[in-house]
Amino acid sequence: MIVRIMGEGQVKLADSHFAELNKLDDELLEEMEGGDEPGFRRTLHALLDKVRELGTPLPDDALEPSQLILPSPDATLSEVRDMLTDDGLIPG
Amino acid sequence: MSGVMKRMGMIFRAKANKALDRAEDPRETLDYSYQKQLELLQKVRRGVADVATSRKRLELQLTQLQKQSSTLEDQGRKALALGREDLAREALSRRAALQQQVTDLETQHQTLQGEEEKLTLAAQRLQAKVDAFRTKKETIKATYTAAQAQTRIGEAFSGISEEMGDVGMAIQRAEDKTAQLQARAGAIDELLASGALDDSSGLAKDDIQTELDRLSGGTDVELELQRMKAELAGGSSGGQQAIEGGKGQAQPHSQQPQDTPRFDKQ
Repeated sequence: MIVRIMGEGQVKLADSHFAELNKLDDELLEEMEGGDEPGFRRTLHALLDKVRELGTPLPDDALEPSQLILPSPDATLSEVRDMLTDDGLIPG
Repeated sequence: MSGVMKRMGMIFRAKANKALDRAEDPRETLDYSYQKQLELLQKVRRGVADVATSRKRLELQLTQLQKQSSTLEDQGRKALALGREDLAREALSRRAALQQQVTDLETQHQTLQGEEEKLTLAAQRLQAKVDAFRTKKETIKATYTAAQAQTRIGEAFSGISEEMGDVGMAIQRAEDKTAQLQARAGAIDELLASGALDDSSGLAKDDIQTELDRLSGGTDVELELQRMKAELAGGSSGGQQAIEGGKGQAQPHSQQPQDTPRFDKQ
């Protein structure tokens, strides 16, 4: 699967890693919904580190759509929350 | 998978699809947006014009009322000069009513004037924004066109077309080589089957053959030795035999030309 880290680029990940990443991802969602900013930050970084560690980066000129998208490392909880609402990412 | 990653991915795709549905080319979207802004600017300008018209109508009404007011004042003065105080009173009370109207209209006029000024300013600001947008839009369009061209160049260079061409050539070469090898193997099999080539696939067999040759050669040597001994012992009749025996000994040598294809095969 191809995962995009916003602001960084795309990474190719073997499907076998997803169980591990899923746990962090669900944790992240929970912290976002619960408004736990420090927890959110910690989990986001852990998740991004894991993705970078397990994945192989795609070349910049690769033209592949990403199946999964992750916020950039400096994204705040409220920014991510905004992105997940209907009008967040691409206005209109 | 229901976490942030999946959700963001889904939203991205939905948004992208929506954007694609609306206009496949972002340049079209920009032009459309510019068109909308121009329409808005047009509306604001029409608003300004409407307000200005109302203001002018009010001004006309005001002059009319002021004219009437001064007429009434004149009439009051004349009536008083003629000693008709009742008439003068009537004229002055009408004038007072008119004066009230004038004051109201003047307030309205001021409000309208303020409104008009605000709208004019807004129209000017909007005009500036629309102009800026037009410039930006053209820049974005140019950048997009350039990026598109770059992507195409990138694709042509790094990707698909040329690389696939190379891969195709490599496959073609590999196929040719395989076919050639297969043809050669087939030909060799046929030659072996027909007996034109000796099957000498194993060294062990060579060893056996050599041993057999050596043994048979050895027998010949033994035979010759016996013949020679007999010759020495029994006289000239063995000479013919000795020549025949020599031929027999030469037989291992006839094996030699058949050996050469072995090198070809390897």
